[in-house]
Amino acid sequence: MKIRTIKELLDARLIAGEDFLDNEVLYACGSDLMSDVLAFVKEQTVLLTGLNNPQVIRTAEMLDVSAIVFVRGKTPSPEIIQMALERDIVLLSTDHTLFEACGKLYEGGLRGR
Amino acid sequence: MTESANNEDLVMVQTYEIEAGNFTLAGEAASNIKKLLRQLGIDAKIVRKVSIAAYEAELNMVIHSLGGIMRLEITPKEIVLKARDDGPGIEDIELAMQEGYSTATELARELGFGAGMGLPNIKRCSDKLHLQSKLGLGTYLEARFFCNP
Repeated sequence: MKIRTIKELLDARLIAGEDFLDNEVLYACGSDLMSDVLAFVKEQTVLLTGLNNPQVIRTAEMLDVSAIVFVRGKTPSPEIIQMALERDIVLLSTDHTLFEACGKLYEGGLRGR
Repeated sequence: MTESANNEDLVMVQTYEIEAGNFTLAGEAASNIKKLLRQLGIDAKIVRKVSIAAYEAELNMVIHSLGGIMRLEITPKEIVLKARDDGPGIEDIELAMQEGYSTATELARELGFGAGMGLPNIKRCSDKLHLQSKLGLGTYLEARFFCNP
């Protein structure tokens, strides 16, 4: 699924990474626990999370996660946005909850593994 | 006690100082390791495994240790990640290797870590893991990644 489609399905705002909206992601993962994300996530994944700190970007960087969706309308700090820009990671923000956002992407055809 | 990479084969060595308790910097060493391995043209799958292990090891040092040094050795055959810290050491290594067992602080948990997945994840990512620890003295972790598995 194109990141652009994810943005549309979630009525999300683009925060960073406009150039990469046409990149494909193969899987999705919804979690606030970076420990679990580090243990189970594959590459070309979109990460949905309610956690909003620099370690989310770090975690995504190590795993080659291409896009992060912040749920419940959370907006990352300028520092976090800068980190994402330097690493070519797309940042989106949606007003949906984690559960609803995951449900919409699943309905759209995206799977966890 | 520990195997060292054959000096003749050694392509590159890098060391990184890890500061205890500094969650802002946590991940900087792993990030640099990832960039370096990419620049050297190492296979993307191996880069990913080394990066995840390095990040977990770095986080462990930030969360649990009094600070330490992470060292990366690159040879044509393998990549070796060595993490040595100044304490306090692990009381029961077998327990620490179990998924879900954690002694992490509340702060680490707030940041999304401390779920007891770190060491098991390093083991999963690496081809060979050696861990030794002495209470009051510190912990030494050595993870090896074979370039042609």
